Amino acid sequence: MVENRPFRDFMAYLTLVIGVILVAFPVYLAIMASTFDTATIINGNMPLTPGDQTLENYSRALFYGGKTAREPVMGMMINSMIVALGIAFGKILISILSAYAVVYFRFPFRRTAFWVIFITLMLPVEVRIYPTYKIVADLGLLDTYSGLILPLIASATGTLLFRQFFMTIPEELLEASKIDGAGAFRFFKDTLLPLSMTTIAALFVIQFIYGWNQYLWPLLITTKSSMQTIVIGIKKMITTTDALTEWNIAMTTAVLAMVPPVLVVIFMQRLFVKGLVETEK
Amino acid sequence: MEKRAHFSGWTLPLLLIVPQMAITIIFFYLPASQAIWQSFLREDAFGLSSEFVGFENYSAVFEQPEYYRAMVTTVIFSTLVAFFSLAVALLFATQADKSLRGGHAFKTLLIWPYAVAPAIAGVLWMFMFHPTLGTLGRPLNILGFNWNPMLDGKDAMILLVLSATWKHVSYNFLFFLAGLQAIPKSVIEAGAIDGAGPVRRFWTIIFPLLSPTTFFLLVVTIVYVFFETFGIIDAVTGGGPAGTTTTLVYKVYADGRSGGDLGLSAAQSVVLMVIVIALTAIQFRYVERKVQY
Repeated sequence: MVENRPFRDFMAYLTLVIGVILVAFPVYLAIMASTFDTATIINGNMPLTPGDQTLENYSRALFYGGKTAREPVMGMMINSMIVALGIAFGKILISILSAYAVVYFRFPFRRTAFWVIFITLMLPVEVRIYPTYKIVADLGLLDTYSGLILPLIASATGTLLFRQFFMTIPEELLEASKIDGAGAFRFFKDTLLPLSMTTIAALFVIQFIYGWNQYLWPLLITTKSSMQTIVIGIKKMITTTDALTEWNIAMTTAVLAMVPPVLVVIFMQRLFVKGLVETEK
Repeated sequence: MEKRAHFSGWTLPLLLIVPQMAITIIFFYLPASQAIWQSFLREDAFGLSSEFVGFENYSAVFEQPEYYRAMVTTVIFSTLVAFFSLAVALLFATQADKSLRGGHAFKTLLIWPYAVAPAIAGVLWMFMFHPTLGTLGRPLNILGFNWNPMLDGKDAMILLVLSATWKHVSYNFLFFLAGLQAIPKSVIEAGAIDGAGPVRRFWTIIFPLLSPTTFFLLVVTIVYVFFETFGIIDAVTGGGPAGTTTTLVYKVYADGRSGGDLGLSAAQSVVLMVIVIALTAIQFRYVERKVQY
């Protein structure tokens, strides 16, 4: 940059390499643990190179589950996937519609409506867990996908994001569409939606990760093990007394739980960064 | 703020906004107002009747020694995580900002922990630092450090701080890197021409210019430690040993779970709401008028 100093570049590389190793090491250990049997791990001398139990561990975790919490991880992953996709699509759907209404229409209480939505930015689900639990229970939504999904899409981030984006779209586009005879539905479908695709994708990436990683809410409202998400499932495999913990299966499950969201971040990095930066504004 | 061109009619926009409104009211305003209402009530032992008791629940909450302990724990936990995650992220970001060959690959390799669920991050670190079988925890004991996060409150807190920091560095790194890349090179070159070395340039030019980012990240990190680390705490320590890692949010959960007094639990929730609203308000104030030098 300013000066050319090979030594400083070397130090920078060194710091970053150490950083990458620190960041990756816990996950590396989990991957290694998923290739051994329980006894090897319990001994406390787990080698740092892969063992030969990989296939057994993964097939057992996926289709059978742990000894204590006998629930196939495959089922948990399907639950997590349904919840994550439900939250992502649900939030995109309701927020793009409400942002469209707020930006492109004039109706009574428009400003009030906007503020009613906006305030929700302030309170994460964690501070209102029990009252929300009670409402979900009264609606008979315990142990259902709707119960897992709906309370988590009640938030303003999506609406604000779309509103911000719609405000940057030139007015002439709407004027031109109106001259061409397009109605509200036509304009939304043929003009606004195609233009919003990147924003939708960015929001999708963020919300998918958010949904997949949910912990407290699913922990509260799922009682049936068949409704369990994978993040909850792992915890149940470990809390049993130490000697009985099947670390190989727990770590195999942990690896399986990390794969979908981490792949999303790595392969959709540009959208991920865009979504992260813009939803925090 | 407003578009000149717009569609006319009321029904359509109202229909469009109904789904979001319904969900927000049912799952947000209703529970939030119930929490506030309940915090002023006291139920009898059977939950059959309740009477209005004013601020009694609040004073009861603030009389609990455990509440202060949870508060202190929360403050220690958030201070440590905020300090380490910001410092480490800034270090990595300044290094990654030097136009190095393969800089982009480093970025990818550093940001992915964002995608790991807090509870899983906790499980990974607990496995690594497990006192009898962990790859790093066992050597600690062999060396005679007497490391046991399951029994020792201080060790448990160290483990929580490490896992919470590990998970959050990626986020801070990303924003610091963006902040650094937004600093005009000409300013730094001008500093270099005036004879300032790299360290001096960092502290007198780069760091002050980054202060809006730093401040924003500080608030976000505190909110993260308050709420999102719930998964880490529940998976790693369950608030123990002996309540040493019970934070304010964890206490609301644990008290409610043990079937305790609804009014007390609601009062605690309301106190938390006030804290979050204050933090968010600070953040918005900052968005309006950035920290200036």
